[in-house]
Amino acid sequence: MTKLTELTLAEARDGLAKGDFTSRELTQQYLSNMEQGRELNSYIVETGDIALNMADKADEMIRAGNATGMTGIPIAVKDLYCTKDVHSCSASHILNGFKPKYESTVTANLWADGAVMLGKTNMDEFAMGSSNETSFYGPVKNPWRATKENGELETKDYVPGGSSGGSVAAVAAGMAIAATGTDTGGSIRQPAAFTGLVGLKPTYGRCSRWGMIAFASSLDQAGPITKTVRDAAIMMESMASYDVKDSTSVERTVPNYEHALTGDIRGMKIGIPKEYRMDGMPDEIEKLWQQGIEWMKDAGAEIIDISLPHTKYALPTYYIVAPAEASSNLARYDGVKYGLRVEGDGLDGMYKNTRAEGFGAEVKRRILIGTYVLSAGYYDAYYLKAQKIRTLIARDFAKAYEKVDVILTPTTPSAAFAMGEKSDDPIAMYLNDVFTVPASLAGLPAVSVPAGLSEDAMPLGLQLIGRAFDEETVLRAAQVLEHATGFSAKPKIWWGEK
Amino acid sequence: MAKYIQGATGEWEVVIGLEIHAQVSSEAKLFSGSSTKFGSEPNTQVSFVCSAMPGMLPVINEECIRQAVRTGLAMGCKINLRSVFDRKNYFYADLPQGYQISQFKDPIVGEGVIEVQLEDGSTKAIGVERLHLEQDAGKSLHDQHPSQTYVDLNRCGVALMEIVSMPDMRSAEEAGAYFRKIRTLVRYAGTCDGNMDQGSMRADVNVSVRRPGAELGTRSETKNVNSIRFMMQVIEFESRRQIDLLEDGGTVAQETRKFDPATGTTSSMRSKEEAHDYRYFPDPDLLPLEFTREFVDELAKGLPELPDAKKSRLVTDLGVSEYNASVLVADKENADYFEDLLGDLARKVGQNKAELATRAANWVIVDLFGALKKAGKSITESPISTQHGAELLALQVDGTISGRIAKDVFEIMLESGDNPERIVAEKGLKQMSDTGAIEAMIDEILADNQDKVEQYRGGKDKLFGFFVGQVMKKTQGKANPQVVNQLLRPKLDG
Amino acid sequence: MSVDKRTVAKIADLARIAVTEDELEPLVGELNNILEWIEQLSEVNTDGVAPMTSVVEVDLPWRADKVTDGGYRDAVLANAPESEHGFFTVPKVIE
Ligand SMILES: [Mg+2]
Ligand SMILES: [Zn+2]
Repeated sequence: MTKLTELTLAEARDGLAKGDFTSRELTQQYLSNMEQGRELNSYIVETGDIALNMADKADEMIRAGNATGMTGIPIAVKDLYCTKDVHSCSASHILNGFKPKYESTVTANLWADGAVMLGKTNMDEFAMGSSNETSFYGPVKNPWRATKENGELETKDYVPGGSSGGSVAAVAAGMAIAATGTDTGGSIRQPAAFTGLVGLKPTYGRCSRWGMIAFASSLDQAGPITKTVRDAAIMMESMASYDVKDSTSVERTVPNYEHALTGDIRGMKIGIPKEYRMDGMPDEIEKLWQQGIEWMKDAGAEIIDISLPHTKYALPTYYIVAPAEASSNLARYDGVKYGLRVEGDGLDGMYKNTRAEGFGAEVKRRILIGTYVLSAGYYDAYYLKAQKIRTLIARDFAKAYEKVDVILTPTTPSAAFAMGEKSDDPIAMYLNDVFTVPASLAGLPAVSVPAGLSEDAMPLGLQLIGRAFDEETVLRAAQVLEHATGFSAKPKIWWGEK
Repeated sequence: MAKYIQGATGEWEVVIGLEIHAQVSSEAKLFSGSSTKFGSEPNTQVSFVCSAMPGMLPVINEECIRQAVRTGLAMGCKINLRSVFDRKNYFYADLPQGYQISQFKDPIVGEGVIEVQLEDGSTKAIGVERLHLEQDAGKSLHDQHPSQTYVDLNRCGVALMEIVSMPDMRSAEEAGAYFRKIRTLVRYAGTCDGNMDQGSMRADVNVSVRRPGAELGTRSETKNVNSIRFMMQVIEFESRRQIDLLEDGGTVAQETRKFDPATGTTSSMRSKEEAHDYRYFPDPDLLPLEFTREFVDELAKGLPELPDAKKSRLVTDLGVSEYNASVLVADKENADYFEDLLGDLARKVGQNKAELATRAANWVIVDLFGALKKAGKSITESPISTQHGAELLALQVDGTISGRIAKDVFEIMLESGDNPERIVAEKGLKQMSDTGAIEAMIDEILADNQDKVEQYRGGKDKLFGFFVGQVMKKTQGKANPQVVNQLLRPKLDG
Repeated sequence: MSVDKRTVAKIADLARIAVTEDELEPLVGELNNILEWIEQLSEVNTDGVAPMTSVVEVDLPWRADKVTDGGYRDAVLANAPESEHGFFTVPKVIE
């Protein structure tokens, strides 16, 4: 019999419904895997007691015939979500000890559907990072390690991507069926690609941001990280909702995303943007993309060349808009209401010491950049300019969607890299998000699907970007792609008992 | 007419601009559902949104939007169908978000002009630059603990309207008149209670001085002045201070100052020379605020008659004097009292309002306001209702009581709050109009005062008053004076 | 545009982050690298382009003027590093 923790979310749901096993049994196996995988550092806090409690309640729901797709499903929650009375610190020291007295809307939706919380996952501090190396709680290790020419696994550690690094590592290592992530510039899709998982960033406004610790308000979106596209569809339906407490949430009924997975994309128009063919892009990425195009063509889709002329400006635009918003969003961490306080000379001294000690280097860097680009005399040249280019980027997409239904691109310009490799060069690190950031700036739904392995057998992903609120088309295409890739690789287990 | 200040080296002109913060009348705060009630226990009217807990988001209160538009309409300003909320970033203990949500580039209300009346009877037009909506901050208490400041966030997030004037005022009197006018308008519109003791209205006072006709000088901004008297003191003090400074060859620093009511002086607020850089940018948690012309028109229809319109109606249609009309409309409650009373009176005696308005206005302003002022009461605390006031005046109009008796009845009403008709009946104060009885009384008085009758007939006309007085005295003021006159004159003239 | 030590110190002050003299120099380098990279945006012609104000095409939702929140002081103060008599407390501010 396969281990319960090898089941997909959909399989687990069906097994629970049939009574093959209980949520408590499923949860217990995950808790034991979590214990085995502690050296990956993917969880900041494990909430075993809460999980078993929730599992029992879920079993009750199932017995009573009130189950939904998520009932009894053990999931990991990114530390950025506020979970009532449970550690919620966005992996920052500045929120030291913070236990909110409220539950984020997205997690509340999941719990209402009977999902089970296994713990809070590690992440880049305040979601600022692409490698999960900026966490106050230490870096997360990718369960995947490259394979050397002699066929043996590398012994060095690889990054899982970021910022949802703990979430992807937990799912990839069998320590959660699925996980919540958040995506500001690629923080769901890039780590999903680095760990052979499906990561969906829905349309901005599809999920409520209420109770999500803000990084960049106009970009932040919640989304699922799962083993399969079907799993993403099931979990997305539970997470999404209109929320009167979030003024940017959109009032639209949440479709049954699983129903959209018809497996049929005949006649679907798929755009291939020429600007995503970048200088210095590794051959294997180019090849994978080409392969993806062939797969979609074989499935009956129509391939159309398109142009998104402002693509190259997306990343620098992002690195103005996101830090600017962050510099303001993070002003509330001042040692007064919650979290860390470090005394100093008077009130200002307390502020300065608290924030100097509470924030890590990358967060400080972004706060300083954000403060600078908003400051008197620079606002027009930086922030205003960036918001104008953002309009142009959104326009590029709008024009493209006059001709195509969905756009296919690589998710990342490379596979996961070794820990420490890029941590000294912020811009090299930022370049990880070059393919994911444009959709974020335009607020569009996008998914990363595992599509193959690199030369040294590390996972690679392809990205599908759709029209606003057309997650259904994105997921339908993604599932066809997933099927075509036949991707089934799993990381070889090197962690745990030696 | 320019009012210049004489300095040691010549004349100076003072230039004043006001930023008035008026608290919006609403049940809940601007972006959160907690209460705006005044005077509660610390931090009890605070939500997770007000206290800037991580992940909390603002959602706008529709009534605050309406109130801002109503105020804009009442001030005759342009209403902007699209406005934007910006973040004003700065750190302070009672600003939990680390920014204030305000409106910077695109306010909800644009330009307009306010006309104010000055003591010499002249009027002056003062420009309004804008009105924008913003969040109030919390309260810091510095005197509760030797080494700590206490922070109460109850006020934090309450909606404020910041009304910014043009630098159009030239004296403390003008600034006072402008502030009063704004206060009158928001109270008419019902958008702010204007209660200055509770901080519902306060002003940042910008003052600069210049040689007449010269370029604008550097201004100082005195923050949070919470009474009109203080505001006028600030202007007097600041203009004098700046003139002295300039005449001594110094320069005025552009700075924020605070007012000390105990000494009537202002002092610099920032110990450090710290330039503010608020880094305004549109709040990404909120979309632009948009509404239609119809929405604005609907609100305009719901506004009550405004003071300027009311005043001209009182003068033109009802014949109330300019002065009385100004006094009555300055406060909506006063005007309402007057109009209710006049309506009642007209109904009771079956006459036109216009025939009765002057009498009613005089009674309200002289008798009633005088008595209330003495008792330290406001019109809403008046022991005399509009119905009772109308009754009292009606009793005079129909001749039931004389003016003199009316004064006595009024005193009793103030004391007891009683109905005037009952007072008159119970105390037997009804006017005597029985000609037979009065005639008999006159005969008696004439007989008793033969010498005076002779003197009168000898040409001392003034004695007529003496005889009237005697009749009144004998009837304890109840004799109808007109009847007395009619009967007395032929008898005296013989 | 580039920043010098004085500017970085000023920004850090605005952002209320204590920065030691030793940290300043490396920060100047890092920030200038990023600013230089961002500089490429100046080549984009944005004449007549409206800045993006929101990615979603919806109207700002309005809520009714009702008291629906607050009244839970203990929960508000629960995470405060310091509080007393129902107040948050901070080092004394001398105005
Ligand atoms: Mg001001
Ligand atoms: Zn203000």
